[in-house]
Amino acid sequence: MDGFVPAFDFHRVFVEPWLSDPAGYAWIAVMAVLVTTSCGLLGCYLILRRMSLVGDAISHSILPGMAVAFLLSNSRDPFVMSVGAGVAGLLTTWIIENIHGRTRLKQDAAIGITFSSLFAIGVILITMYAGKVDLDQECVLYGEIIWVPEFAYVELAGIEIAPQPVFVMGVVTLITVVLVVLFYKVLLVSSFDAGLAGSLGYNPRVVHYLMMSVLAVVVVSAFESVGAILVIAMLILPGATAYLLTDRFPIMLSYTVVHALISSLLGLHLGIWWDCSMAGAMVVAGMILFLLAWVFNPAQGLAWRPFRHKAAEAIELPGAVLPE
Amino acid sequence: MDGSKRLRFAVDQTLGVRRFMGWLNGRFIVMLFCVWAPCVHADRIGDIVETTIFEQALRFFTFSDPSLRYALVGAILLGISCGVLGSFIVVRKMALMGDTLSHAVLPGVAAGFLWSETKDPVAILVGATVVGLLATVLVSLIRQTTKIKEDAALGLVLASFFGVGICMLTRIQKLPNGNQSGIDKFMFGQAAALTQQDVTLMFATTVLTIILIVLFYKGLLAMSFDPAFAVSIGLPVKAIHYMLMALLAFAIVVSLQAVGVVLVSAMLITPAASAYLLTDRMKHMLVLSAIFGMLAGAIGAFLSFLGNNLPTGPFMVIGASVVFVLAYFFAPKHGVLTRWYRHLRRRQRVRMENMLKAMHRVMEDRDFHGEGVSVKELATLRRETLEDITRTVQEMVRNKYVTLGEAGNMVYFTPESFNHACRIVRNHRLWELYLTNEVDYQADHVHEDAEKIEHVLGEEIVRKLERALDYPKTDPHGKKIPEVRDMSGLPQEIATGYGKGRN
Repeated sequence: MDGFVPAFDFHRVFVEPWLSDPAGYAWIAVMAVLVTTSCGLLGCYLILRRMSLVGDAISHSILPGMAVAFLLSNSRDPFVMSVGAGVAGLLTTWIIENIHGRTRLKQDAAIGITFSSLFAIGVILITMYAGKVDLDQECVLYGEIIWVPEFAYVELAGIEIAPQPVFVMGVVTLITVVLVVLFYKVLLVSSFDAGLAGSLGYNPRVVHYLMMSVLAVVVVSAFESVGAILVIAMLILPGATAYLLTDRFPIMLSYTVVHALISSLLGLHLGIWWDCSMAGAMVVAGMILFLLAWVFNPAQGLAWRPFRHKAAEAIELPGAVLPE
Repeated sequence: MDGSKRLRFAVDQTLGVRRFMGWLNGRFIVMLFCVWAPCVHADRIGDIVETTIFEQALRFFTFSDPSLRYALVGAILLGISCGVLGSFIVVRKMALMGDTLSHAVLPGVAAGFLWSETKDPVAILVGATVVGLLATVLVSLIRQTTKIKEDAALGLVLASFFGVGICMLTRIQKLPNGNQSGIDKFMFGQAAALTQQDVTLMFATTVLTIILIVLFYKGLLAMSFDPAFAVSIGLPVKAIHYMLMALLAFAIVVSLQAVGVVLVSAMLITPAASAYLLTDRMKHMLVLSAIFGMLAGAIGAFLSFLGNNLPTGPFMVIGASVVFVLAYFFAPKHGVLTRWYRHLRRRQRVRMENMLKAMHRVMEDRDFHGEGVSVKELATLRRETLEDITRTVQEMVRNKYVTLGEAGNMVYFTPESFNHACRIVRNHRLWELYLTNEVDYQADHVHEDAEKIEHVLGEEIVRKLERALDYPKTDPHGKKIPEVRDMSGLPQEIATGYGKGRN
């Protein structure tokens, strides 16, 4: 089909948006950066704990939690939604552990069964109560980040601060950053050495469940803008890219924020260029950054592979990121 | 498993699966006749709005609706191919590879659509298979060339490909004739949109899958359970792996229209996982998994038909999940509730055997004179309250272990239970003797251990113990070990209490 890829016009893609509707695009960009940053920071821990796919599971299974919370309370208040999603997140974790612990099925199968069942329930709920639930299949899949500027502004002391979703996401991001800083040591130790964490007096199960509920809250706030499935990209892409570039955990966290910034802005313009789902374009931008890091990262980039000796490579292959 | 056993296992299973497949193929031909038979025109599923659930159910079971027949046959076919292939990914612990693959084929679907400019199933199949294989290659490449672990690699590929797919899809919907393409049905599935061409393609891929699996069964089996062994006997492990991946991509793609991209992984994982809980043999697992997949597919088609125009995928997944929940709780060997029930039964048996032992002890203390044992004597010996003893005794009466006197305070052995009591006492004392004589335990340390082992010693081990201890007469505490002669029936004058009282 002709016209699948629209012609690239620098002015239309990069200049015009900022001239025609600077505030609107700025809010979209801010929202994208907030979503990607908070997801990315949590994602770093998920990647190190080899639980990336638990993040995937939670991002799917909060859907019924949100639908039930909405049907019970009849409001789309972010707090109610977060509670519903938090409960669903904990339930998911609990079901996965039960299936994994009480049968001979392995964790992968347990994750697959749990999230698909819960997601199916969620989809059925929102289709059956389509008139009542203010969520639809489109929103679940693509998110609605371009509608962010249309929301009512939150006012504090008479000053308009930000559109409601951006405000909520800002608060959630702030909480995530504070938690990541406050619990840095706990999370780090329990990610690398559960035994040591136990002997230092942190209950690994409590840490695990806490992290899952924070994750559920972050995911539910991100949900409206990027949809249930693309959230997994926001969780894993920044952290994985950063992980390729450094061996030190604090640096990995800061690279994640850099990745979030670049992929959001680049994605915004790609979305304008292709005239397609903005969230999808942001994922593509994140993927491009990952590919660049994969091919050109100084330590083990694919591009340098042919020039290296096998032996040198074997020595340099790092194991895990070392804690300070 | 040693080599010869493994081989027998494999051969055995191949035969079983062949037999089953033969049966299946017979069924299929009948089903397909139903589909292709000339039929009266009826409305499309989505057109009917003003009907009750009951009427809809009736319409479902009369199968008068051609699109419904396509939907049902399609759902059943996809259930079979997903179930069979899912078994392999579940036992290979790569269930989430199925998830990744199912999300990652989305750009392929879009590309196939762009290429053919219509919803041509063959073009979409080709596009999606190519992209699916690319995704599996990328996952292994990321794992080999970076320090990123498998889970993150799967997530990365899943998310990136899906993002690309979403971009292409939303772009297609903005194209002049993209909106009525029905390509959005690929998200959550709409079995009602299946056409005869789709069903033919599904049938072809299902048959291809079954043929290839039967042909390469031994290789697949060896690779699934013991990859090192598979390599050592010279199997082309890599080729078989990519064949499985290609078949998975096929199964996913033909299922997309009915289940949708998002939930097709459930049709791979859930029926196979349910089957895994029910059996220990691969051939049974394949058959069960195919049956569960069929069941889930049919349930999904039915429920989605009941409520007009509801997406099919979620209902199929719910059908599969219900089967899984049942298997989770009630599987004969591995079910949570059955295991719990077995545990309770075992504890009950131990309780009753301990009481039999106590009765034996009371009788022994008075040289087997007297007819029965009073509840009070038992309570004194076991240092329990009368209520506890009575409760256990009543439990034993219900299980026909003992009989109870008219007044309810005398307990009598039956001939069988007297033997049982002697066996337990002999197990206990033999084990005590074994521990003191052969393992050098102190005589006052052996009781606890024997208390536990007495309930689980089998006849064979008892014979071995007797031989090892040279047919002993007494235990370390000087008590007599009951012999076979004692058990085959005591002299009448001693065991006068047999069978007295009410049941």
